[in-house]
Amino acid sequence: MSMLIPQAGDIPLPDPGPISAPYWQGCRAGVLRFQRCLDCGAPTHTPALLCAACTSMNLEWVDSSGLGEIYSWTRVWRPVTPAFITPYVPIIVTMEEGWSILSNLVGCEDDSVAIGQLVEVEFHHSGGPDDIWLPYFHHRSS
Amino acid sequence: MGHPFRDVAIVGVFNTKQARVLEGYDSQSIALEAALGAIADAGLEPRDIDGVVGGIASNFLYQSRIGPAWRSMSPLGIPAVIEGAMAIACGLANTVLIATGEAGSYRQHASTAPWTRPTNEFVAAYGMFTAAEFALMARRHMHMYGTTPESMAHVAATIRNNGHVNPQAVYSGRGPFTADDVLNSRMVADPFHLLDCAMTSEGGTALVLTHADRAGDLAKTPVHLLGGGTDHYGPSYQHPPVWDLGGVRRPDLVAGHVGRRAAEEAFAFAGLGPSDVDVCEFYDPFSFELIRQFEAYGFCAEGEGGDYVMSGVIEPGGRHPITTDGGTMSFSHGGASVQLFQRVIRGVQQLRGECISSQVANAEVAMCTGGGAGALFTDVLLLGKERP
Repeated sequence: MSMLIPQAGDIPLPDPGPISAPYWQGCRAGVLRFQRCLDCGAPTHTPALLCAACTSMNLEWVDSSGLGEIYSWTRVWRPVTPAFITPYVPIIVTMEEGWSILSNLVGCEDDSVAIGQLVEVEFHHSGGPDDIWLPYFHHRSS
Repeated sequence: MGHPFRDVAIVGVFNTKQARVLEGYDSQSIALEAALGAIADAGLEPRDIDGVVGGIASNFLYQSRIGPAWRSMSPLGIPAVIEGAMAIACGLANTVLIATGEAGSYRQHASTAPWTRPTNEFVAAYGMFTAAEFALMARRHMHMYGTTPESMAHVAATIRNNGHVNPQAVYSGRGPFTADDVLNSRMVADPFHLLDCAMTSEGGTALVLTHADRAGDLAKTPVHLLGGGTDHYGPSYQHPPVWDLGGVRRPDLVAGHVGRRAAEEAFAFAGLGPSDVDVCEFYDPFSFELIRQFEAYGFCAEGEGGDYVMSGVIEPGGRHPITTDGGTMSFSHGGASVQLFQRVIRGVQQLRGECISSQVANAEVAMCTGGGAGALFTDVLLLGKERP
């Protein structure tokens, strides 16, 4: 068993584009953001030009509660590049607002993950030319 | 109206030598060797080709001086075969070469293969690559239906044993394997052990399609396209691989069932159903994917794929033997696209009755597939001996 922590090595970092820049600006400010349709109200992630439910282009950026639950997980022992410390635990989180995000679980032992667990976002300063703060998730009790 | 592919036949197929490393080759040279092999297998000459598809297309046109010719760059397996068949059916070409190969592009293995990890700002920082993408789909299925690592390991052992007895497989003679061998191999991305996963290797592959009226005069028994379809949800490995993604048009067509619509279309074209399939040349990037495919294509009910693969149907001699050359786990994973054609190559060899190992007796219909849920696409091709 080992404690899961944010990756600190030379991992590939995001290169924000015009569509995704507000998302990464939010992360830098400690807020997880998603897009919501002004016409039908549906949430969309990853950052897009079209609403995933009705294809409207009338999207606004909204602050998420940062709270969600684990939808699926894996635990990786063969790192994608040597920069990643193993094991690490990719998860898909269903956020309270009904959208899905891919991240890593941190702050617990590597064998304590399960579908349905409640989690909360945290941000880790990864740096790079775009001063990236990466969202990770840790367990929460309620 | 007659069948859309009534006038099309696959008349040449060829795999080059496949190996972990093919010394002295690059991707173009191994693809060219595959192209010439498939043309020779058909009993044709390069000058008979007037259409080309795939990674070799431009280079082959120039080197062989057979231009002007119809060309498509469609690179990825079954869609390229369907496109070539459409070109013939539409009268845009008479004889189409489809060829690709890869060598020399992945020989330092500190990182996973380049085709497993596209650059993307929402997944790359989290250490994602193909095994993890497919694992997230598998884990969701385990949660919903109680699917077990043992059933996945049984799939992997079955496919690897097909490769073990295939003299042309990269991992020929490495077995035999039991499910316990798979479960005892080191963990890659939970629930996938090393032996649940595809290998990396190098190789070339090619096939030749021509007009059915000409096919009878050629060297080998023609094989026909009874039906096909492609299901895609978007770019692979750039967005969370959510089982429930999609479903806007039909609630049951979510990403976890990708390939269902393609299979329905293919079976409808063919006037056939799953029980008519003699050989299941299913794409095998990870063991779970075959369990999922049997459900998606309607061989068994949703959630029953784990029990289905344990019921004796997938082994040699079973009702629906799978991936009979050893697939990407044991035969070859020739690169970014080579292996996506090799289920079709094997399906043709099965229907010709020329397999040197694991030949299915009297095979009439082969179902060939590519892709998988973790990649958000699945393509399906039904092959048969009878002209449709």
